[in-house]
Amino acid sequence: MSAFLFITSGLFLGWSLGANDAANIFGTAVGSKMVKFRTAAVVSGIFIIIGAVMSGSGAARTLGTLGTVNEIGGSFIVALSAGITVYWMTVADMPVSTTQAIVGAIIGWNFFSGSLTDYGSLSTIVSTWVICPLLTAVFAMALYKVMKIFLKKTRIHLLKQDTMTRIGLIIVGGFGAFSLGANNIANVMGVFVYVSPFKPLELGMVTLSDSTILFLLGGLAIAIGVFTYSRKVIDTVGSKILKLTPEAALVVVLSTSLVLFLFASENLENFLASHGLPTLPLVPVSSSQGVIGAVVGIGLIHGGKELNIQVLARVASAWVTAPVMAAVISFVSLFIFQNVFNQQVFRPVHYEVSGEVAAKMKSEGMDESMAEKLLGTQYAGSMAYNAFLKEKYPALSREQRDRIIALSKINDLKVDILKISRELMSGWFSGPEAESILLINSRQYRHLWQLHDDLIGIYPGWKYLPAHKKNRIHNGEIRAKIEYLKRSFSLKANVNGGTAR
Amino acid sequence: MISLFSTTKDLIMQIDNFIDLTVTASLHLQEGIREYMGGRFDDFEKRLGVVLDAENNADNLRKEIESRLYSQTLIPESRGDVLGVLESMDTIIDTSKGTLFEFSIEKPVIPEDLKTDFVSLTDPVIKSVEALAYGARAFFYDVYSVKDHIHIVKFYEKECDSASERIKRKIFASDMGLSQKMQLKNLISQIDSMADDAEIIADRLSIASIKRIV
Repeated sequence: MSAFLFITSGLFLGWSLGANDAANIFGTAVGSKMVKFRTAAVVSGIFIIIGAVMSGSGAARTLGTLGTVNEIGGSFIVALSAGITVYWMTVADMPVSTTQAIVGAIIGWNFFSGSLTDYGSLSTIVSTWVICPLLTAVFAMALYKVMKIFLKKTRIHLLKQDTMTRIGLIIVGGFGAFSLGANNIANVMGVFVYVSPFKPLELGMVTLSDSTILFLLGGLAIAIGVFTYSRKVIDTVGSKILKLTPEAALVVVLSTSLVLFLFASENLENFLASHGLPTLPLVPVSSSQGVIGAVVGIGLIHGGKELNIQVLARVASAWVTAPVMAAVISFVSLFIFQNVFNQQVFRPVHYEVSGEVAAKMKSEGMDESMAEKLLGTQYAGSMAYNAFLKEKYPALSREQRDRIIALSKINDLKVDILKISRELMSGWFSGPEAESILLINSRQYRHLWQLHDDLIGIYPGWKYLPAHKKNRIHNGEIRAKIEYLKRSFSLKANVNGGTAR
Repeated sequence: MISLFSTTKDLIMQIDNFIDLTVTASLHLQEGIREYMGGRFDDFEKRLGVVLDAENNADNLRKEIESRLYSQTLIPESRGDVLGVLESMDTIIDTSKGTLFEFSIEKPVIPEDLKTDFVSLTDPVIKSVEALAYGARAFFYDVYSVKDHIHIVKFYEKECDSASERIKRKIFASDMGLSQKMQLKNLISQIDSMADDAEIIADRLSIASIKRIV
């Protein structure tokens, strides 16, 4: 199947995302009639594209949430299912989280491919429905009170206040659009980087790389979504739940961005922890849920009588429906795509407890007799393997089972520095890290942990540090780099492996 | 962004000028009546000309403010209220002009003992219009203090009512002909109506400011 066709599902997902998520950044501004829809669409379109293109390299490394899907056919269906779900919700005027729809679609793929679902992501979705709106509601209420006092004290002329609010809404909206593009381009286009059908484009003094063209297209798809179909969801957020005053509109977007910044920023946590300051707990947040919470917060300040409970109930039910619907659509579509169109939608993952794996398990302090008994075990699919472990060794905790599964996963890797030359030169890898990779060039590994161990043997900086707030960024970076090496050095050709390039 | 703020500044100035014109028109009414009562008819006619110009200016300003507020979709929440208040304030200027016109056309003969009454009736009128102007300005700068000014408008409107009642009683108790009595009564009512208008506008302003505070 042509790579162009695969990319269409990413573009469709981008379009749906733009149509739905524009409401999070400009819904209240347009709803309160402070910013014209056209102005909002132009500003968000421009900043979404800039955000998408500028965060391109990051997206190429992380692949976004869809990165867990290991075949391009699967990614195509997962993106398409998420896109259809978000589109459906947009038709129903309901603001939903696109990331949650993608995670839902991936869960559908997990069931279809027999892969184990990370229950952390499930609990993340559920807690986002509750914690995020609660936090933004509290922030919006506090901020609204502060703003009222400020306006009373400063005696700014109504028209000046109007101009300032308008400018504030456009600036915050611009930032919101930038992060919308930057944070979501990996989901929209990340997995398609490896099948990009484009060639670098020379434009006089500037050369657009193939992946930049891809991100530009993704950004454009999101922007077109904003222009063509975002009006309905914008109306729901901006005026149907509660009629907002201009100041309230600004408070809603400000409190949402503040909550996203304070409670979701690992950089902030790292900064506070490294300076010995108390940190704020990191909680899963989503702008789709946040903005609704803030609107409700403003409504509650006025006694809650003006809140349209019916619309609110529909919005809340859409939050639950979206990931479930995406999972179902994904599962059914994968079945059809595989059996009717005869396309591969997942690559079976095999697990084997070899002598090396058993030794590694013992070295990590696991029960020696269990390691001996497991020796020679082979399984296809993590779900089945997990079920086997659960039945045979009920005493094992979930973490221990996850670790055994991770250790016995067969990756079949061959280090080839030519495949990662771009990233090596980009400076993403530090000097010692790059050197250690060079030293293991041409080596072959059956398991990923073997490659990681070898790298640690050469340069201890590859080690994960103890799980502590201030080490979270370091560990996250190591994880991303190891994942990138795994994808790039995999001997099995697939969408997420560098070999397909 | 700088041009955005300068446009706002420009509009703020226009609104301030419009409010100024309302107060000026009421001051002209008092001076005009004083000149008429003093027999300085040439000065009175000149003043009528000035009020006519002021009324024209106010009309143009109001139209410009209105079109700018709409075309630039400014203050969407309060636009209707602001335009409503400005439109009603325009009636004060109209009434001021209309009253002076009636003096000019009808050339009423005012008995000596009523002349000071006519002039003093304009005092509470001016004070109520002034308080309204303060209230209107406060609506833009300090909405919480609007109610204090509205209270003053209401006070002077009542003063005006009792003054006009007293003068009307005096007129009808005199031995003038009925036609002259009716003519003077109408003029008194017209002057008094400016304070009534100020009170109606103050009520409107009060509702608009409550909407902004809540």
